[in-house]
Amino acid sequence: MNLIFGKLTLEQIPYNEPIIMGAVGGAALLVLAVVAVITWYGRWHWLWSEYLTSVDHKKIGIMYILLGLVMLLRGFADAIMMRIQQAMALSPNPGYLPPHHYDQIFSAHGVIMIFFVAMPLVVGLMNIAVPLQIGARDVAFPFLNSLSFWLTFSGAILVNASLIFGEFAKTGWAAYPPLSELSFSPDVGVDYYIWSLQISGIGTLLTGVNFLTTILRMRAPGMKMMRMPIFTWTAFCTNVLIVAAFPILTVTLALLGLDRYAGMHFFTNDGGGEQMMYVNLFWAWGHPEVYILVLPAFGVFSEVVATFSGKPLFGYKSMVWATIAITFFSFVVWLHHFFTMGAGANVNAFFGIATMIIAVPTGVKMFNWLFTMFRGRVRFSVPMLWTIGFMITFTIGGMTGVLLAMPGADFVLHNSLFLVAHFHNTIIGGVVFGMFAGLNYWFPKATGIRLSEPLGRASFWCWLVGFYVAFMPLYVLGFMGMTRRLNHYDNPDWQPWLVLAGFGVAIIALGILFSILQIAWSIWKRDELRDLSGDPWDGRTLEWATSSPPPIYNFAETPRVTEIDAWANMKADGGGMFVRSTPYYDIHLPKNTAAGLLIGLFSIGLGFGLVWHIWWMVGLSALAMLAALLHRLFQDEIAFIIPAAEVKDMEMQRLEGAGRS
Amino acid sequence: MTILDLPEAHSVHAPQHPSAAADDAELTEKTVFGFWLYLMSDVVLFATLFAVFAVVGRSYAGGPTGQELFDLPYVLVETAVLLASSVAFGFVTLAAQDDRRQATLLWMAVTFAIGAVFIVMEVYEFHHLIEEGAGPSRSAFLSAYFTLVGTHGLHVASGLLWMIVTGFQLARDGLTATVHRRLGLLGLFWHFLDVIWIVVFTEVYLIGVL
Repeated sequence: MNLIFGKLTLEQIPYNEPIIMGAVGGAALLVLAVVAVITWYGRWHWLWSEYLTSVDHKKIGIMYILLGLVMLLRGFADAIMMRIQQAMALSPNPGYLPPHHYDQIFSAHGVIMIFFVAMPLVVGLMNIAVPLQIGARDVAFPFLNSLSFWLTFSGAILVNASLIFGEFAKTGWAAYPPLSELSFSPDVGVDYYIWSLQISGIGTLLTGVNFLTTILRMRAPGMKMMRMPIFTWTAFCTNVLIVAAFPILTVTLALLGLDRYAGMHFFTNDGGGEQMMYVNLFWAWGHPEVYILVLPAFGVFSEVVATFSGKPLFGYKSMVWATIAITFFSFVVWLHHFFTMGAGANVNAFFGIATMIIAVPTGVKMFNWLFTMFRGRVRFSVPMLWTIGFMITFTIGGMTGVLLAMPGADFVLHNSLFLVAHFHNTIIGGVVFGMFAGLNYWFPKATGIRLSEPLGRASFWCWLVGFYVAFMPLYVLGFMGMTRRLNHYDNPDWQPWLVLAGFGVAIIALGILFSILQIAWSIWKRDELRDLSGDPWDGRTLEWATSSPPPIYNFAETPRVTEIDAWANMKADGGGMFVRSTPYYDIHLPKNTAAGLLIGLFSIGLGFGLVWHIWWMVGLSALAMLAALLHRLFQDEIAFIIPAAEVKDMEMQRLEGAGRS
Repeated sequence: MTILDLPEAHSVHAPQHPSAAADDAELTEKTVFGFWLYLMSDVVLFATLFAVFAVVGRSYAGGPTGQELFDLPYVLVETAVLLASSVAFGFVTLAAQDDRRQATLLWMAVTFAIGAVFIVMEVYEFHHLIEEGAGPSRSAFLSAYFTLVGTHGLHVASGLLWMIVTGFQLARDGLTATVHRRLGLLGLFWHFLDVIWIVVFTEVYLIGVL
């Protein structure tokens, strides 16, 4: 049996745990419903050729965002369960979640929110916006882009598989050893953690290489680096961070894996292992990761604030240099995650001061956004609401961050709910708000449909109010001495604040509900909300110079750029892109391919086999992945041609459409 | 918004633009650039492993030390073999540049053979260490040693696999633009592994026996 099923037995399926089985059942019903709807409308072929096998950056971007939103529901379900547990579990009430389940939930919550919500949303927005903003036809390596997505998808599937087969890590999202070593975590939870992050991490690394090449090599003629839209600049810095930081995570997880699978001694208690080396390595990746997520959010806010103030961004150059400064400093602050390691006063002082210095370029950005709004004609559309909500919320989060950067204060607040409040303050206030601003801003570009404003506003206010009600109490609780990750407690003074935080999460739940309604309603009412102009917000950058959604080739004629805010300038000069001086010509584009999808799906088998020590499955999956890759490498005809006449027809159609609006 | 009509002068039957050759040149340029970026990420990967070795490279846990285990003359031969394979690949590049298919294939076979000798020598060394009871689970030092040297070895092995695939493609299709491009990348990869090995030789073996 071991040969066939490895460590997997029937007892590993938690069929006697009603909560888990309920979640599995719900997820299964949802998947069945989606399958049924697709079958009912006969859209399988469409799905296959338009999305699953597509190498078009716009389609891949949409799939990334869908993945991020679906996983947001999963990660948020974990959050609700934790809040209910903590609101209940004052001694002698043990709450409804036993410790071994509760520990999995907070670990899964962190892993899912960072790797499978924030990352897909960030990469999704980059996919949709960056090639358009620089006037490119696609990313540099469209097939790699598809592969990146499917590897990320595969990691997400593995995390969810741990719900029904076995369990997830009970170690917290950072999986510190020695707890995550085999001697203390003999179950498969940590293995799920390792392999889902390894597989999706490779996807992310490929994204980094792909987008750096795209941005450095495929900009429209005339678009010098200092003329790039700010979102592209932040995407550039984020991808520099990805290429420089993700290999560290790859190595760190590989070493933990070798400890667990091959009995090595990198981080074990015995054999000369060094646990703090894991912690150092983890955060040498982990701190840049924070900026990998938030820099693109800053980029979104910069685009939004300029567009909705009807002005060029204030201090473009200082914004660029602030971004570059943050990129650099993000690599020299990692030790502030463990001042309590005891590295000594001088080391702690260095990292404390470096951390505080990051507040300077971030402050520069804040003032740039403020001065952009100053004397502008500000339109309070939904993306702008998210931006203003961010500016207030993130400033508070930044200030508590500077507070934590003082090693003395950190010794007191380390591992407390104050810290939990701080990083949710920056990640929700920064990244999540940024992603919602970006989603509302670029949704019309990606789909051709504007999102409903009233529902968008409702979603924003619920999120904003809900955030404060949910997380301000955690600051208080931190000061009261409550540490993080508690399954139950015996201090009655804490309970009212935890109940309050629970209400806050309920308000956020409404915000998520309104977001879903907003998207569903807008698609339902798509004929009324259609964006025919291609430029619904009176935008300033090149993505608004083409139709919504853009044709597969993005631009029939490569735009020529002479200044920052290329599209605003073209409009000011009268006509812009619509004036054609050159003849239409044939356009070469890469063909669809199933290779990325297949490699991604086989990598699920690879990861699952590795988790359960099912070695035949590991071998077969690896061979299948290699075969799919080789098949792709030996394909000769990987491009197709859209003839000039067809390009002309498509362009005439879109101009007529724009004329009607 | 102002919509200006298209000028009438444009012709629908424009010459094919961009041409296939221009496409290839552009693709090659992008791919080489992207591959350099990948190599830089590989540098970070190896840098992390070197850092790990620097941290636990003397954590012997009462087990054998580098001084007791390493046979420097053997590793010197190994190093010479790897460098020789790199020289051989230089001839692959020269032959490919002159569009001499047979010579290219021949030199690839030579490179492959020498590279394979390196792998065999490394496997033998690993086997020998494990036989002596100095396997990767003996101490943190040996874990770091096997992982660092083994990761380099895995890279060399995937280079060999890549050589087979590209060699097959070369034999089937001749020196097409695609084959030229892949040979170029393979060359970058192969020489890169030499650079990494020089650091391995210095940090692990030379400093290890001090």
